[in-house]
Amino acid sequence: MTALLVVAATVLVAVVLAVQARRGRDMDLEQWTVGGRGFGSVFVFLLMAGEIYTTFTFLGGSGWAYGKGGPAFYILCYGSLAFVMSYWLLPAVWRYGRRKELLSQADFYTAKFDSPALGVLVSLVGVVALVPYLVLQLKGLGIIVSETSGGRIPYAAAIIVGTVVLAAYVTISGVRGSAWTAALKDVLILAVVVFLGIYLPVRYFGGYSEMFHAVDAAKPGFLTLPAKGMSPSWFVSTVLLSAFGFYMWPHSFGAVYTARDERVFRRNAVVLPLYQLILLFVFFAGFAAVLVVPGLKGSDGDLSLLRISVKTFDPWFVGVVGGAGVLTALVPGSLILMTSATMLAKNVYRVARPGTSDRQVGVLAKILVPVVAVIALYFTFNGGDTIVSLLLMGYSLVTQLFPALLLSLCRRRLVNATGAAAGILVGVAVVAAFTISGATLAGLAPWLPQPVQDLNTGVVALVANVVVLGLVTMITRRHRAVRGAPTESVTA
Amino acid sequence: MRLRHLLGVLPVLGMLGGVWFADRTEPYVLGLPFILFWMVAWVVLTSVVLAVIYKLDPANRSGE
Repeated sequence: MTALLVVAATVLVAVVLAVQARRGRDMDLEQWTVGGRGFGSVFVFLLMAGEIYTTFTFLGGSGWAYGKGGPAFYILCYGSLAFVMSYWLLPAVWRYGRRKELLSQADFYTAKFDSPALGVLVSLVGVVALVPYLVLQLKGLGIIVSETSGGRIPYAAAIIVGTVVLAAYVTISGVRGSAWTAALKDVLILAVVVFLGIYLPVRYFGGYSEMFHAVDAAKPGFLTLPAKGMSPSWFVSTVLLSAFGFYMWPHSFGAVYTARDERVFRRNAVVLPLYQLILLFVFFAGFAAVLVVPGLKGSDGDLSLLRISVKTFDPWFVGVVGGAGVLTALVPGSLILMTSATMLAKNVYRVARPGTSDRQVGVLAKILVPVVAVIALYFTFNGGDTIVSLLLMGYSLVTQLFPALLLSLCRRRLVNATGAAAGILVGVAVVAAFTISGATLAGLAPWLPQPVQDLNTGVVALVANVVVLGLVTMITRRHRAVRGAPTESVTA
Repeated sequence: MRLRHLLGVLPVLGMLGGVWFADRTEPYVLGLPFILFWMVAWVVLTSVVLAVIYKLDPANRSGE
């Protein structure tokens, strides 16, 4: 019970912080979603870093180290490459966003391609990709609360309470609430993860080097990549896809607009890779659990960090670990909720009803928060059991938005709205087909060489996307060139 | 292509191109299996490379 009380106290502090953050500010839509574009390095850093330490890395990172071994190292790599890209990508996005007073990711596509319809498509793809991401955070929330209560609070009740807290504080304070809770979360998670990663290997093995030798002796080959399946070519393709998708999540993209100036991103790009090294300690905890609490199969691997904590520590400290974990679900969860609601209100509803005022859009966005929360809740209880496949599907989906964005930033106009939309649609369709049918390249084309078979299927979707994007742009451009002249002379 | 753009490609090549070569546990470096050490080293080098790029980039030189 002590553990649970500590978790509850942490959540309470987070809510108080969020409510405090709102004080003295009139919460119009611009304040609510992008903090009035006045965030400096530290806040933007926290919002961006909030994306790194989600439930997926805290429970999933240790869970992958526990269940899969070497392939888990991909989680350490993709962020670093995304930060290299961000050095050039984010200032460009920010400059354009400020000039056009943009609030969401879909706004960017709408303005760049001069096509509200493309904005609607981007919003829908974004929201569809975000729902599994939100479901993942809610599942993590449920796991943490029910594990720290020793099973006394059922998983389902924990998820419902967590969702209500989440929806309430997002509605009250918007992005400022997220930034302040992010600050609390990062301090807590930093301390907890570093402590666990150092203490657990020392306590059970005498040191992390000894731990790795013990794991390697017990499970030869576990610490490296397998020759088939999650092989080096799987590793490289997955890291690249995830790096491309990293800033394509609507909430990460939206967080870009909160910055005060563009130098914020360049400075953060230098520091963020080092900050990411904390994942190393998450891996240490997961590898310690391999030999200390063996036997968790499949998705139960996500429980490994909490199981080894319960086995090792006093209840109050289990509560601290759980509290940190709950915050890793709340912060990204709140950003996801807010982003989905804003996009649905501004980029879908307003396109359908152009007369809607800014005020009405603001009100609608807040009404949509609980609606999106309930939808996620529904899928959490009815969406099956494969959290990781849901997240990977989400990643594959948002990555489809990347080619159009990249090409739109070139000085010359390389793609048009029709091409971008066709590419995105085809990419998304391929992702859906692979995910729903559960097909793999190895199953579809066993004659391909092994390294090609092991490629992440998201690569296939991305290639199809780029090809269609190029072809459709070429065809529609030529078509218009032929048809354009006489039409103009008629109307003139 | 300026020098700083070329530098930006370096982490990608090192981290990903090195996977085939680095995919083994021996030798342990700093107590880490070699593949993990390789990845950690490149994460640190990524930060170093970005710091160099930051210094070289004239966009960061003008006053606040």
